[in-house]
Amino acid sequence: MAAPKPNAAAREAATAARLADLVLPRGGFTAAARAEAIARVRAMGLPGRRDEYWRWTDPAALNAAHPEGAAAFRVDRPIFEGRDKVRLVFVDGVFDAAASDDPALAGAEIALLSGAEGLDIHWAKALYGTLEAASHDPVPRPLAALNTAAAGEGVLISVSGRPARPLHISYRQSSEMSDVMLHHVIRLEPGAELTLLETGTPGARGNVVTEVDIGAGARFHHIRPQGRAFDRVLVTHLFARLAEGALMKSFTLTANGRLTRNEAVIRIAGDGAVAHVAGAALGDGKDAPFLHDDTVFVDHGAVGCESRQVFKKVLKNGAQGVFQGKILVRSGAQKTDGYQISQALLLDDDSQFLAKPELEIYADDVKCSHGSTTGAIDETALFYLRSRGVPRSEATALLVLSFLADAIAEIEDPELAEAVTGRLEDWLARRTG
Amino acid sequence: MLKIQNLHVKLEDEDKPILKGVDLTVEPGRVHAIMGPNGSGKSTLSYVLSGRGGYEVTAGSATLDGADLLAMEPEDRAAAGLFLAFQYPVEIPGVGNMTFLRTALNAQRKARGEEEVSAGDFLKLVREKAKTLKIDAEMLKRPVNVGFSGGEKKRNEILQMAVLEPAMCILDETDSGLDVDAMRLVADGVNALRAPDRGFLVITHYQRLLDHIRPDVVHIMAQGRIVRTGGPELALEVEKNGYGDILAETA
Repeated sequence: MAAPKPNAAAREAATAARLADLVLPRGGFTAAARAEAIARVRAMGLPGRRDEYWRWTDPAALNAAHPEGAAAFRVDRPIFEGRDKVRLVFVDGVFDAAASDDPALAGAEIALLSGAEGLDIHWAKALYGTLEAASHDPVPRPLAALNTAAAGEGVLISVSGRPARPLHISYRQSSEMSDVMLHHVIRLEPGAELTLLETGTPGARGNVVTEVDIGAGARFHHIRPQGRAFDRVLVTHLFARLAEGALMKSFTLTANGRLTRNEAVIRIAGDGAVAHVAGAALGDGKDAPFLHDDTVFVDHGAVGCESRQVFKKVLKNGAQGVFQGKILVRSGAQKTDGYQISQALLLDDDSQFLAKPELEIYADDVKCSHGSTTGAIDETALFYLRSRGVPRSEATALLVLSFLADAIAEIEDPELAEAVTGRLEDWLARRTG
Repeated sequence: MLKIQNLHVKLEDEDKPILKGVDLTVEPGRVHAIMGPNGSGKSTLSYVLSGRGGYEVTAGSATLDGADLLAMEPEDRAAAGLFLAFQYPVEIPGVGNMTFLRTALNAQRKARGEEEVSAGDFLKLVREKAKTLKIDAEMLKRPVNVGFSGGEKKRNEILQMAVLEPAMCILDETDSGLDVDAMRLVADGVNALRAPDRGFLVITHYQRLLDHIRPDVVHIMAQGRIVRTGGPELALEVEKNGYGDILAETA
């Protein structure tokens, strides 16, 4: 066998070093899945700048054996305070029972990964690592496999009915050096409905995987305002599988963060399913570098399904935005309606947005469109607002909200959408003055 | 009230002059109309007065109640009492009409050192003004001008004027794109705002709007200057004979 190329050798060495340094959970029902995930990480190697989907985002801080450290955000005020919900709190990745509500109130079957390892939760065993494992073709996602192997905590959620209150997973960072891996597994039985709120900074460095299996006719709403610690680095993977007539709507709000890579891999497996993934990112490079990367893969494998990707970024002072979005329509996935838009609003000349929209279609009766734009504030609209007496900074803020409106519209619940808008307004009031 | 003296304006990026010495004074309580052929500089005058970018004043002055308009930011001109009803009102998706109006009103009040209007009082105020302009609640809830017909957009401009209660109103080709019924609605809205302490400058290409908004003074503008000033009969003359005769006379 030929000696590996220098690049491959370096990757292999880095991967081996990272794995050697990991403290792997002993595992109970997940033991087999973890062993397989380790093998996947070894085979794929950690990501590198030469990989096609990492050219614009440097994974070094995610690959490193230890986090570089990040101060916790000064005032990460609660965002959905007015809403009655069932809250599970994780401080630096550790479940805080005292700060949490009783999971029994959630109207769903809920267990912690750490506490369930010794139990035989057959549905979780069947799901843990499965959607992740199926996600690497054609693009490897080694950081997700690393998470499956090493995550020590997470929430296992099985929903059969329609709980009245949203489930809220609330992350808090207290240590400047916390290195957190969480792996959530969610199953929605046919006809079930769940609203999941996910807020805050998991840790100085975070790697969060969520696997969601959405049964026939079930509905999954996901609203995720990510933590605002300036120097935190974070990679997330949302893996979803949709059965017939299922619906998912996931919205992510990101303000601040030295590095955020949000990947979504959506497998539309049942006819008539609907999947929407949206995001609004606000980056100001003034206080700390800001790089925000949305990497989305929507895989249409059934008839008459709809997918919609709406990603918006507002960038200033050298902030960087990356969007890599792909719609794959497999042969036989007729009547697919696929839509993708990625847009950046640059508030100055220093910021940058890089976008790679991709369509790959093997069916002949489909409607797919994609678009990507990069622009500045519309001077005509700005003048219109100012001519009515609105000062420049407030007018700019209104136009930024206007720009983000299509993404926020992906949140179905008006009260939650309003809370997200409120947070945006706060950010804009501080940043557009 | 509005006093324009020897105003010379060119585009920032070009040396071609657009306004070549405009003199005009609008007294409180009076409605002045500016008519003129396309390209005469009518719209430029409205933009320069309200502070749109892209123009350079090379000579002359414009004041509102003695305050130097040309030295002020657009928002400060608005707070000082100037209002421009746009020829092409701008669509702003995602920003509700009510939010926009309330933000504008309170920003102006704040700039003048007045109390902000409460949500309840504001709602009452807008509903009352909207009723006379036949603007329904649904239209108020929609994003600013998005999906509005031409007539709805112009009515919305007049609604803003009614709510903001400016001292000096400039209407830039408010009649363009309106059918007869819509024009009557808009004109009724403007007429309802006529007051002894408020001045109007109505810019229009055609005489027909002036059948509904009766001007006290009519100016004819051509090639960047006001070439003739007269009473309402001047508008009728334009209607009958076109601009040709007047321009030939003054050439």
